[in-house]
Amino acid sequence: MLRDRDRIFTNLYGFHDWRLKGAQARGDWSGTRELLAKGRDWVIEEMKSSGLRGRGGAGFPTGVKWSFMPKVEGERPHYLVINADEGEPGTCKDRDIIRHEPHKLVEGALIAGFAIGARVGYIYIRGEFVAEAQNLQAAIDEARAAGLIGPNACGSGWPFELYVHRGAGAYICGEESALIESLEGKKGQPRLKPPFPAGVGLYGCPTTVNNVESIAVAPTILRRGGAWFAALGRPKNSGTKVFCISGHVNNPCNVEEEMGIPLRELIETHAGGVRGGWDNLLAVIPGGSSVPVLTKDICDTVLMDFDSLRDVRSGLGTAAVIVMDKSTDIVRAIARLSKFYAHESCGQCTPCREGTGWLARIMARMVTGDAEPHEIERLDQLTRQIEGHTICALGDAAAWPIQGLIRAFRPELERRIAERQSRGRAA
Amino acid sequence: MSDSPAEPAAFAFTAESAEQARAFIARYPIGRQQSAVMPLLDLAQRQEGWVSRAAIEAIADMLGMAPIQVEEVATFYTMYNRRPVGRFHVQICTNLPCMLRGSDAVLDSVRETLGIGIGETTADGLFTLSEAECLGACVNAPVIQINDDYYEDLDAASTRAVLEALGRGETPKTGSQTGRQTSCPAGGPTTLTSPAAATERA
Repeated sequence: MLRDRDRIFTNLYGFHDWRLKGAQARGDWSGTRELLAKGRDWVIEEMKSSGLRGRGGAGFPTGVKWSFMPKVEGERPHYLVINADEGEPGTCKDRDIIRHEPHKLVEGALIAGFAIGARVGYIYIRGEFVAEAQNLQAAIDEARAAGLIGPNACGSGWPFELYVHRGAGAYICGEESALIESLEGKKGQPRLKPPFPAGVGLYGCPTTVNNVESIAVAPTILRRGGAWFAALGRPKNSGTKVFCISGHVNNPCNVEEEMGIPLRELIETHAGGVRGGWDNLLAVIPGGSSVPVLTKDICDTVLMDFDSLRDVRSGLGTAAVIVMDKSTDIVRAIARLSKFYAHESCGQCTPCREGTGWLARIMARMVTGDAEPHEIERLDQLTRQIEGHTICALGDAAAWPIQGLIRAFRPELERRIAERQSRGRAA
Repeated sequence: MSDSPAEPAAFAFTAESAEQARAFIARYPIGRQQSAVMPLLDLAQRQEGWVSRAAIEAIADMLGMAPIQVEEVATFYTMYNRRPVGRFHVQICTNLPCMLRGSDAVLDSVRETLGIGIGETTADGLFTLSEAECLGACVNAPVIQINDDYYEDLDAASTRAVLEALGRGETPKTGSQTGRQTSCPAGGPTTLTSPAAATERA
């Protein structure tokens, strides 16, 4: 278990004062000017050496991403965009960072902005988080009034302004290029890549988009050293992570733990265990709704990090652990996710626009068994015709949970169809 | 509710909202004022309760956009109401983490308490019920958002209590309805339990 002294988010639950004074007492904004004085290259190298992989789901190394920005600002200004459009079912970690640790985010934004040469940053927060956006705005206002950001941030000579932009209820805007479109005042429809945002992003300018958690851990990483962070967890899967444990556990909660913690230990130490005991576990979705479900035999031993979960054909995603005990209607559970993706498809790419609705309709029939046995195969084929054939990953995200269901619970699908058909014959 | 709402002939921001609108526009670079379309739609909705055609035209005019561009934004994002809603817009999350924690029972409780189904408004115009996708408070499921506020860790009884309190004109406590501290495990934290733990050891 992670030692308390290695926890970054010491006010995750909001027991303490989230405002500037409280944040400073916990170590935020300590020596920020000195960190900036070490220079852009030092910041980026330290972030690279920490091994931090992006906390928004894709797991791309943050320091490497920062290094993709042009070294010198040309005619086009650079922008930092922070993705606070948290909406992946199961995920509610950024909410806690924003409402209880907003100064970590603001300080991290300054450091990231400095590292990538951005004088302006935008935080795109989901529209439903009204109270959270208010805390964030208050923290920005405090930081600016104290000279920590603004024309001469922390006395460093670097100017940095930070603005909050509220979304309005579109899951797709969590995709970075859709988020940029939305920030420009348009429908949130993803862009083709390349060009990547580091070349052509917000307003056609070089832009880095990072998740809230990736930015908020940066100041502590720089203060304690990349080596400290890299020593936690496992190689290429380093550091700490805020996990969200929801569903059929005794005590659902968020908790910051070490990367690579065994799933079972995570659930039993912090969430009070699976309802009815570990043997009552049916399955776990380990990284938010977009990753395939794991059956209990895998859950018994799997470690919670990017590579361990990839090796069992799932993913860490946003580290949102959705626990389902044996009372769960697993087909209905996955069908609910299919309905979600059909609702949230932006409609731009035909395979996703048409396919997600089709998947949802077939899945609704699978719940009651109102299907033919060969439709299981058709369902699987359909997911493969969506997967990889769309501009963004929403199509993949709609496909994978169903593929996981068929892989792990095919007998249950067959049983329902057979039961329904035998009932039909009897009637 | 009729299919097409009665559209007001005109819309104007109040002096206070107009000032707020100018502050929003100033957050974006010169020439990029279109970026302010979302905050301005939100402002209009806060003023009128929904986004009317007149509001769309006024915002288009302020931002130098074609009205259809504003309309596209207003219809793409689910939080903009293109028709009036009740004074309390009850949005219930039924996504998986809420479903696993009993959102079926919460939805039944809302229906019974208010006597309306999803997409409907009570006869007194007080409550509109909508089904929401994930509200991002999954470890405090089941969750309902009413206007700007979250009500968390709900069950059928606490859901009824919240709605009845609102109906009486009271202000029920927001957040967890079981009394726990935000996303902390019920029964107390499993981490950061030592007194000095709140201080970062840099």
